[in-house]
Amino acid sequence: METLDTLLLSRIQFAANISFHILFPTITIALGWVLFFFRVRFAQTGDEKWMAAYRFWVKVFALSFAMGVVSGITMSFQFGTNWPGFMETVGNIAGPLLAYEVLTAFFLEAVFIGIMLFGFSRVPGWLHMLATFLVAFGTTMSAFWIIVLNSWMHTPQGFEMIDGEAFATDWWAIIFNPSMPYRFAHMMLASFLTVGFLVAGVSAFRWLLGDRSREVRAMLKTGVSIGALLIPVQIFMGDLHGLNTKEYQPAKVAAMEGLWETQEGAPLVLFGIPDEEARTNHMAVEIPGLASFILTHEWDGELQGLNDFVAEDGTVLHPPVAPVFWSFRVMVGTGVAMLLLSWASVWFMWRRRALHEGRIAGHWFAVEGLPKPILWALVPMAFSGWVATLAGWYTTEIGRQPWLVQGVMTTEMAVADVPAPMVLGTLVTYLAIYAALLVAYIGVIAYLARKAARGDDGRAIDMDHSGKAGVVALSPAE
Amino acid sequence: MLPDFANPADWLPWAFASLMGLSILIYVVLDGFDLGVGILFPLAEPAEQDRMIGSIGPFWDANETWLVLAVGLLLVAFPQAHGMILTALYLPVFVMLVGLILRGVAFEFRAKARDHHKRLWNRLFFTGSLMTALAQGFMLGLYIMGLEQTLATYAFATLTAVFLAVGYSFIGSAWLIHKTEGALQWKAVRWGRESLWGVILGIGAVSLATPLVSTRIFDKWLTVPEIFYLAPLPILSGLLILWLWKMLREMPFPEDRRSWLPFAAATALFALAYLGMAYSFYPYVVPDQLTIYEAAAAPESLFIILVGACFVVPVILGYSVLAYTIFRGKATELRYD
Repeated sequence: METLDTLLLSRIQFAANISFHILFPTITIALGWVLFFFRVRFAQTGDEKWMAAYRFWVKVFALSFAMGVVSGITMSFQFGTNWPGFMETVGNIAGPLLAYEVLTAFFLEAVFIGIMLFGFSRVPGWLHMLATFLVAFGTTMSAFWIIVLNSWMHTPQGFEMIDGEAFATDWWAIIFNPSMPYRFAHMMLASFLTVGFLVAGVSAFRWLLGDRSREVRAMLKTGVSIGALLIPVQIFMGDLHGLNTKEYQPAKVAAMEGLWETQEGAPLVLFGIPDEEARTNHMAVEIPGLASFILTHEWDGELQGLNDFVAEDGTVLHPPVAPVFWSFRVMVGTGVAMLLLSWASVWFMWRRRALHEGRIAGHWFAVEGLPKPILWALVPMAFSGWVATLAGWYTTEIGRQPWLVQGVMTTEMAVADVPAPMVLGTLVTYLAIYAALLVAYIGVIAYLARKAARGDDGRAIDMDHSGKAGVVALSPAE
Repeated sequence: MLPDFANPADWLPWAFASLMGLSILIYVVLDGFDLGVGILFPLAEPAEQDRMIGSIGPFWDANETWLVLAVGLLLVAFPQAHGMILTALYLPVFVMLVGLILRGVAFEFRAKARDHHKRLWNRLFFTGSLMTALAQGFMLGLYIMGLEQTLATYAFATLTAVFLAVGYSFIGSAWLIHKTEGALQWKAVRWGRESLWGVILGIGAVSLATPLVSTRIFDKWLTVPEIFYLAPLPILSGLLILWLWKMLREMPFPEDRRSWLPFAAATALFALAYLGMAYSFYPYVVPDQLTIYEAAAAPESLFIILVGACFVVPVILGYSVLAYTIFRGKATELRYD
């Protein structure tokens, strides 16, 4: 019982840490590129609205980056404090991948973020632009390596087991393992959608506060466009990812769909309460054949059910059903909400483009066209990307249980023999700190938005095209 | 001390131990100064505090990355040792992580939050820096004691915790002497004078305790002829301390000449002490329990990492130097522009 408690508590602790951590890389990965876009637009046009947008979002970036760094350091230690078995078994594979992440990504980001944040008036414009690019590139590299490792844990290949320890045989196969391309694309798109809705939501908030500046228009349009353009791509990519999962981890797909019996023409369960004891769904609302159609692209295609993953002796070899089933629905539901809202926003902005003050040729969209309810809906949706991303990660990670590395080692094999009360004590402290930091983070973003909407964040500054600042009206140490 | 370069199973663990040792040393010097500035924080006036933050703002992220590299190398090159050490140090690691979280985010929050919240973030910045330094010192002490957990080893670890925190304040003062001017620089000189004892006692305590804890280490140092080869280490350290002591009584020099000297001398001192420790523990990664050869990951995996490291580490050093060059000179309040 002791080890079971430690196992469960360690899992909750790691889940809490990684959930908290992923919130911030999800923002910085794409926000780095959005900042690069603002920076390039400024260099091209010399229009200071782009630099004003850059200045506003670079603060959010700095804050998110710091949160990501510190919560990431936590995790690199937790491998050792809570999960020593992981590296002891698959360290020969995971080690080089993590090492490449530190070497090619962490230093790049950490060094150039200094220049990106504080170097604008100290370095030539091109170097500042290059620093912005390298930070964005670094965050993407970091995402790449960690997704490679995570995907390998789902679809391991290119190794052999000798005396219970994994040895690499083919690095190409390890890096380009079957689920990596889908997972990486899915995560990158998730990051861009998160940032699109964050930028749109915060800009809508500023607009509702009465901010009619040119940069708030540019930001709102940028955010909404990212959302509207990428959400269909993401839905398509999610479908491909699902097909890949069906091939390599059929138990996970069965849990996502809430499918107990193997059957042809399996229904899509829209709603239901999975019951693992009775091995059925209560109060199920189903669309006949649709799950088969989505996953096999044939109405009477065969889908494997969860009951296939119970051993003769009753050992359950499939993941816990309810969490996977529900988090999958939360993810898809959030995605649908994103689709409706972003497309409605674009439609209104285009349809009522004539409302643009002093309309000039080339303006295809007018922020004035957005009805109040849409603007109000955009504000809470600023964090919709977080909800969808977390739900998606819960789906795939809980869906891999009881395995830690699919078919190679179980989660139970990796856990450290640390007294349960110690794990509980540290867990509670982490949770308290994370809750406080999350409140502070959202509070500060709202505060920065209010301050910017009032126009007292030093926006009215002159800059020439080279990017050299003129008189700067920022308050000390801001 | 040198490995057999014809045999990968022999020289790869050695190369990785060296690389890891180097990252830890770079980390201790670099994050040492910015943690030290955090510990000295409450001693300064609010306007000076902004300048202190300005002196470390562009660097702290990269400084902490050396810790990630060091623990990453331990994780990937010596997975078994990583598990053993970190499980044994569960609570101090936890305290350090909380400290690192608090100070890292306080950095950003204090600059962006409304004024009446700034005081809170300032306090958290100091608390986080102090917690981190104390926890690292505590871990150092326990590591020297062979990771044994008794009342006596805890007592020793508490001592090293205090000494390391004061030692970090010392190198932090040395950094501030270089990066500031006027009244704050005078203060930094005084802080440096007043915290030099932490460095002396810290190095002294570690030098006395290590040979006493382990007869192996005792024999490594105090036998003929080793004792003669090794004599320069303590002698040089002693001379450096005397020099620093004399210099700090006279600083700042006219026209702010040689303001970088205390930091350079402090770095040399840290490096010497660290070399001594590395010599004591080699070839063990877990003191007297596990050698780097027993703990090493598969040579093929190590080789893959080493190839990458050979290309990337010089580049990292290059752009780190670039960043320090861009932000050279006296610190001002930080501006996001």
